[in-house]
Amino acid sequence: MRILPAGEHAVLVEAPGLAEVLALAVAVRAAVARGGAPWSGVTDVVPAARTLLLVGDRLDPAPVADAVRRLAAVVHADASTPTDGDLVEVPVRYDGPDLDDVARLTGLTAGEVVAAHTGTPWRVAFGGFAPGFAYLVGGDPRLRVPRRDAPRPSVPAGSVGLAGEFSGVYPRASPGGWRLVGTTDVVLWDAEREPPALLRPGGLVRFVAVDG
Amino acid sequence: MTSALEVVRTGAQVLLEDAGRPGLAAVGVGRSGAADRGAYRLACRLVGHRDDPAALEVLLGGLVVRARGRVLVAVTGAVGPLVVGGRPAPHAAVLELRDGAELALGAPTAGLRSYLAVRGGLDVPAALGSRSTDVLSGIGPAPVRPGDVLPVGPAPATFPHVDHAVVPPPAPGEVVLDVLPGPRASWVGGLASMTRGGWVVGPDSDRVGVRLRPVDAPVERLPEHAGDELPSEGMVRGAVQLPPGGEAVVFLADHPVTGGYPVVAVLTEASADRAAQLRPGQAVRLRAVTTPAR
Repeated sequence: MRILPAGEHAVLVEAPGLAEVLALAVAVRAAVARGGAPWSGVTDVVPAARTLLLVGDRLDPAPVADAVRRLAAVVHADASTPTDGDLVEVPVRYDGPDLDDVARLTGLTAGEVVAAHTGTPWRVAFGGFAPGFAYLVGGDPRLRVPRRDAPRPSVPAGSVGLAGEFSGVYPRASPGGWRLVGTTDVVLWDAEREPPALLRPGGLVRFVAVDG
Repeated sequence: MTSALEVVRTGAQVLLEDAGRPGLAAVGVGRSGAADRGAYRLACRLVGHRDDPAALEVLLGGLVVRARGRVLVAVTGAVGPLVVGGRPAPHAAVLELRDGAELALGAPTAGLRSYLAVRGGLDVPAALGSRSTDVLSGIGPAPVRPGDVLPVGPAPATFPHVDHAVVPPPAPGEVVLDVLPGPRASWVGGLASMTRGGWVVGPDSDRVGVRLRPVDAPVERLPEHAGDELPSEGMVRGAVQLPPGGEAVVFLADHPVTGGYPVVAVLTEASADRAAQLRPGQAVRLRAVTTPAR
């Protein structure tokens, strides 16, 4: 674990891997929610693949860095890392244009791909690509497939995809290179809703197969 | 009758901005808000606001508004010819617009963005808790256009303290920006590589970022980092990203929440405000500081 400088009002924590980032993110969010110095200055906690960024206008980097170090010393990243969000069920029609490719790449049948995708809950690791987009991890490891060689210029909203260790749902139509296995009608992002994002870091997602 | 500002004419770009929407970065929404926070806040304080109401961010002047009812305003940031009711009016001062009076803000001689704050704030619908337009995500009010009528909200309980503020206007010529080490400063062997040569502001700069072209040889990564791929990581306002091409990008208010190029330096808050006033073609020098000037 390293603490890197990120300006007057931020610190960037670099962890060995995503599991450590997610465990630390749970602990930091809990500390920020409790408040008190130095956490009360933190307005944003931004997890990514290897890092956790803490930002806030009143964030004082030195004491926050010390507090993160103390917290990291007692946080253990393992399979039992607790989540701090809700479990969201996402109904999916497994009719994606890349379902057969995913089956071929994984050596599974299309039916087994669906069973693997729905069989274990996924965890919301981080966002950042677009409002409401969530990188989901912790699913069946047999589903790791590379991105498409050529990204699609437009992936429809609600498309459910796979890429590397991640699964995700496109909140709105956008270019994308993930392998698309299905479609959902669930609204990932609604600015009029509170909170606007359905999937938030720390939460769990269970995909449920439904008929067209 | 509630008062309002009627937009008669707009220039290159006029946006509604406030202090932005912090707290949503983890779900992919940046803070946004006024690009030059200091100038925005000064305009708000001049008209008696200690909160952060929506104001107009005017790119390169060209704005004409007409008051409906009596309206108190202040204009800060980039300094251009300012005319109220046909007479020249001072910058960074409390100005009274009588019913029907017009305010015209011409093109600034230095700087890029002016702020027009109104006592009572501009009472447009908020999106995710803010009335800021985020040009990257498209969240927030639509750009301001001629014919828009912007309602003025209720005046706050607080009153203007001063009727005029003495502030240095954005500078013409070479601008010095103070930088602190970024998380990936070691990729280029420290800040010295960034502060040695001069930079020029590129033409394709906007609220997302200011592009800086090196005057001399581009800054090279150290050999041990030459081929490194950085997994995307969280970004801050003022981050100086260095993609392989050698052109640096300084992130402004509407920067992406995460990015995959190394951040080798981060501007101080005051310098991030100054960066929001840079014009294409303007010369820039980066200066390493250890403790930011308050």
